Amino acid sequence: MTLAEILASLFPSGHAVAVQDGLVTGSGPFEGGTMHVVGIDGDTPLGVEGAATLSRAVLDAVRTGDRAPILVAVDSDSQRMSRRDELLGLNECLAHLAKTLLLADRSGHPTIGLIYGHSAAGAFIATALATRVLVALPGAEPSVMDLPSVARVTKLPLDKLQEMAKTTPVFAPGLDNMVATGAVHVVLDPARPLAGQIRDVIDGMQPGDVRDRLGAERGGRPVARAVAAAVIDQARLG
Amino acid sequence: MAGTRAARIDPDTVSWYEATARQRVRALVDPGSFREFLGPTERRMSPHLPLFDLPRAFDDGIVVGRADLDGGPVLIAAQEGRFMGGAFGEVHGGKLVGLLRAALELKPTAVLILFDTGGVRLQEANAGETAIAEAMRAIVDVRAAGIPVIGLIGGRAGCYGGGGLIAGTCSRLAVSEGGRISVSGPEVIETNKGAEEFDSRDRALVWRTMGGKHRRLIGGADAFCADTVAAFRHAALDLIRRAPTFDLATLDAEQARLESRIARFGECRDATDVWARLGVNDPEAVPAMDTRAFDETVSRVGDADHDAR
Repeated sequence: MTLAEILASLFPSGHAVAVQDGLVTGSGPFEGGTMHVVGIDGDTPLGVEGAATLSRAVLDAVRTGDRAPILVAVDSDSQRMSRRDELLGLNECLAHLAKTLLLADRSGHPTIGLIYGHSAAGAFIATALATRVLVALPGAEPSVMDLPSVARVTKLPLDKLQEMAKTTPVFAPGLDNMVATGAVHVVLDPARPLAGQIRDVIDGMQPGDVRDRLGAERGGRPVARAVAAAVIDQARLG
Repeated sequence: MAGTRAARIDPDTVSWYEATARQRVRALVDPGSFREFLGPTERRMSPHLPLFDLPRAFDDGIVVGRADLDGGPVLIAAQEGRFMGGAFGEVHGGKLVGLLRAALELKPTAVLILFDTGGVRLQEANAGETAIAEAMRAIVDVRAAGIPVIGLIGGRAGCYGGGGLIAGTCSRLAVSEGGRISVSGPEVIETNKGAEEFDSRDRALVWRTMGGKHRRLIGGADAFCADTVAAFRHAALDLIRRAPTFDLATLDAEQARLESRIARFGECRDATDVWARLGVNDPEAVPAMDTRAFDETVSRVGDADHDAR
């Protein structure tokens, strides 16, 4: 689905969400109240200015005190890779954006990530992965790095990696693998109105971070939860 | 045996950059106080690396545990940059996330994270990426509970990729000259955008753009340390005492700080241009300054010290 189709399905009576330079901000009517929307459209890389624009929109939403849901819609490239962005402290800007979303969550705003296109690396961590629940639409392509690049870095043949990717979700790009690791909670049905599906996601939100439990249940991240639990157990012993 | 060897290390002289993760931890905290969780004897190794015919480490490249720092209980994590560049794999990430979650229960004086990482371990990329997101959420929870999370950065692998984002989530950061903080590494930028955008072999450019001195001058780090364990210990104790709270006011201040930085330095091509605009008298001299001269320079730069993190 395109962003326009998504917004039409979420807000059938209209909305005030705008896209400028690939950055999505605005709001629409939802469940008798409001839903704030921020995001990245059009496979846009996320640099220092974009991160600051989105974090400002999130802080503005938190400052209203309306505790309305915040949707983070993502079809992005990776972080913008440039000398200038790193010179200006891209790590701080991306971390700040993630922190604003985590603050919003703590302040009573349900935060929902919606990945409907591509996303990767730092841009993915700072946006969709900083929400309480991340959902996806079919055709989404979350990744850390594409397989040809993985082949270059790991010095393994691409065809071998492609073969391994079929049975090993832990490293391969793609939506199914991000579902298996627990990063993506659920894949929505584009044939049904999104408003009701998002409402159900909000109603089903659980306290705490459930991603490693999902990863263990789905087999995409078999040991992370057990390792974290073992550390906590040993820490309790002093 | 490692403990016996580490006990002989003199914190005043041992190089943070050269030390292993375990040596850093043991020399950083009060003598004999470190207790490791899931230590190497438990052999919690990566279940994935054998698929790639790669060797594993008994600790998956991260040491986690508890210790005392000047008598106060701390939880501590230290990445081992010598094992796969300190990268986040599934077990590695799970250990850090578990330590941060334990902090919510144990309420230590602080959590210390000794970063030394190239970012996500590509052989376990999805697990590493998700663990980084979990760690960032856990850090926010720990900070909101009033527990400072202090990052110490001075290892040979630097603090890259998702490591840079985790660092940006911490309450305070201490960095040495050798510590680099960045999202995209020099090689990644060069591979994707060309050598004219970033020549990764130009080491002076790497230090100027991502190194500890630049991060300290622009307020990306809160303390600058000589490359010794003693300097990092001193900085950690100081930073624990003046950690900012995690709330809307702090993030509003950080928003203003970062917007101001982009507006004032957005046209700068090189770090020396940024330093000149910050009011540094002789920007070209910064890379060669010793710690004392650099500290004096920092003290005259308004952007360096703040609570907006």
